[in-house]
Amino acid sequence: MALLEVRDLGISFGGLRAVDEVNIQIEKGALVGLIGPNGAGKTTVFNMLTGVYRPTDGAIRLDGENVVGKKPYEINKMGIARTFQNIRLFGRLSVLDNVMLGFHNDVTYSLPTSLSHLGSYRKKEKQMQAKAMEILKVFDLDGQCDYKAANLPYGKQRKLEIARALATEPKLLLLDEPAAGMNPNETAELMQTIEVVRKQFDVTVLLIEHDMKLVSGICEYLYVLNFGRLLAEGTPSAVLSDPEVITAYLGD
Amino acid sequence: MSMIKNLWKKRRDSVIAFGIVIVAYIAIQIMSMTGSLSYSMKGMLVPICAYIVMAVSLNLTVGILGELSLGHAGFMSVGAFTGIVVTTLLANIVPWDGLRLAIAMVVAAAAAAVVGVIVGVPVLRLSGDYLAIVTLAACEIIKSLVNVLYVGLDGKGLHISLIEQSFALEEGGKMIINGPIGVSGIDKISTFTAGCVLILVTLFVILNLINSRHGRAIMAVRDNKIAADSIGISTTRYKLLAFVISAAFAGMAGTLYAMNYSTVTAAKFDFNLSILVLVFVVLGGLGNIWGSVIAAALLTVLPELLRALNFSDYRMLIYAILLIALMLFNNSALKQRLLERKRAQKSAKTEGEVA
Ligand SMILES: Nc1ncnc2c1ncn2[C@@H]1O[C@H](COP(=O)(O)OP(=O)(O)OP(=O)(O)O)[C@@H](O)[C@H]1O
Ligand SMILES: [Mg+2]
Repeated sequence: MALLEVRDLGISFGGLRAVDEVNIQIEKGALVGLIGPNGAGKTTVFNMLTGVYRPTDGAIRLDGENVVGKKPYEINKMGIARTFQNIRLFGRLSVLDNVMLGFHNDVTYSLPTSLSHLGSYRKKEKQMQAKAMEILKVFDLDGQCDYKAANLPYGKQRKLEIARALATEPKLLLLDEPAAGMNPNETAELMQTIEVVRKQFDVTVLLIEHDMKLVSGICEYLYVLNFGRLLAEGTPSAVLSDPEVITAYLGD
Repeated sequence: MSMIKNLWKKRRDSVIAFGIVIVAYIAIQIMSMTGSLSYSMKGMLVPICAYIVMAVSLNLTVGILGELSLGHAGFMSVGAFTGIVVTTLLANIVPWDGLRLAIAMVVAAAAAAVVGVIVGVPVLRLSGDYLAIVTLAACEIIKSLVNVLYVGLDGKGLHISLIEQSFALEEGGKMIINGPIGVSGIDKISTFTAGCVLILVTLFVILNLINSRHGRAIMAVRDNKIAADSIGISTTRYKLLAFVISAAFAGMAGTLYAMNYSTVTAAKFDFNLSILVLVFVVLGGLGNIWGSVIAAALLTVLPELLRALNFSDYRMLIYAILLIALMLFNNSALKQRLLERKRAQKSAKTEGEVA
C-alpha cells in the first residue's frame, strides 16, 4: 500500500475550479516533486492534504487512514508535516523554541507540571532541548539557537521551518518551494540537506518547486500540474521532455 | 551545556525578582507601622495588589496569547461576589480570616474559570476587533446579571434569585447580595499581606506557565495560528487555556478587592475598570509580566503621590501627561537604542564566557 493515496481530488472556490481530478500515489521513502506554472494549484493541493482547505471532491488517505475532514492539528498528529510558501515561523520566539514546539506532542508533561515546574519539568525540558538541538545541528542553525526566529536571514528561516516540521516526526513531509528566494549556492546546499534529512529521519518527501531543472536533480518522480489538472507524471527525464509540459511552461 | 546554564539563569533571575517583591513588602510594612504612610495611601495597598494581579493575568490574554480582551473586569466581578458569598457561608465554620479568605479565593477562581469557559468557547472563535467587542459585551452582561442578583442566607440555607427577590428570609436570616444595592457589611478580611501572597502566587504560576510547553504553545498560537496547527497544536485548545487561567486569577483578584471594602456593587466592575487594567498592561509592555506589576503599582499610586506633593490642582493633568510620555517612550527610538545596547552588552558577556 502506498503511503499517500490521493484520488480524484478537487476543490472549487466559488466558480473557480482550482484543483480538479488530481490523483497522486507516493510510496514510503520516495522523494517526489510537484511542479507547475504560477497559479496551477500546487499550494492548494498542500492545503487540502493538511486540512487547511476541505476538498469538495475526492479522497486522501495516509497509510490507509482517511484524512479528509480532519483538523490540521489532527492531520499533523497522523503524520503529515509541512512548510509554507510564505514562511510562517513563530517570529517572536527563539529559534530553539520554534523547534521545541515541534516536539510538543512527543515530549509531554501535564498542565500542573507546567504551572509549578515540579515533577518531570526539568528532565522533560532538557530532553526536548537536546532533541531540538540535534535537529538544529543538521541544518547548521545550532549556533543561532537563541536568536529570535524573525531576526534570522531569509534562507535560514526557510531551513528553520523544515527543522520545525521534522521535529513533529512526520511520515510525510510537504515542502512548499523550499528554495524560493535563495541564491544558487544556497539552493544546491538545501537540496543536499533534503537528501540527507530524508535518509536520516526516514521520511517521505513531496516538494513543490517552480523551477523544473532544480527538482529534476533530486526527485525520483514528478507530477506536473497545470490549471488545476495533472498534465503529466513520470520520471524527471520523461516529464521534462514531454512536449505538453514544455508548452505549458513556455506558454505561461 | 549552555542550555542548562540558561535554565539556571532563568531561575536565578526570577529568584531576584521575587526577592524585590518581598523586600518591597517588608519596606511598606515597616513604613506602615512607623506611621510614615498616609491614611489614604494605606487604604490603597490592597487595591494596588488586586490591580497588579489583574494586570498580570490580563497580560496573559493580551500579551502572551495576543488577543485583545476588554472584559477582564467581568471575571473580577464573578470572583468578588463569589468570594463574598463563600466567606459569609464560612463565617462560623472557619474562624481564621486568612484561611477563610484563601478558601474564598480558590472557589472564586473556580467560578471565574467556569465563566471563562462559558464566555471563551464562543468568543475565541472570533479574533481581533470582534473578539474585543464580544468580551466587552460579556463583561456588560455579567454586570447586568449581578445587578439583579439576590442571594440570602438563613437557617434553611442559601436562597438565590434573579431579577427580583423571590424568597423571604426567616428570622435572623441575612441578605448577602441585594440586587442593585449590592453588598454591605462585608467582613473586611483582606490584608496587604494577603495581597502580596496572592501577587507572588500569581507571578509564580504565570511565569512558570510562560516557560513551559503549554506556555510556548500559547505563544505559538499568538505568533502564527496556521503554523501552530500545522505542527499538531490545537489553537482553540490553547486559546481557551490561556483565557481561562487569566479569568481564574482575575477572580481571585476580585475576592481580594471586595473583601477590602464594607460595601461593593456590581457597577464597580465595569468597562472603565477593564480599560484601566488594559492601560497598565499596555504601558508595562505587552507580554512583559514585570512591566505589568510596575505599571499597575505606579499608575495607581501616582495620583495619590501628586496629591501628597501638593499638586492637587494639576494632578490629573500631570497624570495624563505622564501616561502620554510613557506611551511615547515605549514606541520610541530611544527605548529601542537602550534595549539594543543592553542586548549587545549581554552578548559580549556570553562571548566572554565561552572564550
Ligand atoms: N482561498 C482561496 N480562495 C479563492 N481562490 C483561491 C484560494 N486559494 C487559491 N485560490 C486560487 O487557486 C488557484 C491556485 O492557487 P495556488 O496558490 O494553489 O497556486 P500555486 O500552484 O501554488 O501557484 P504559485 O506557484 O504561484 O505558488 C489560483 O488561481 C488561486 O487564485
Ligand atoms: Mg504556491
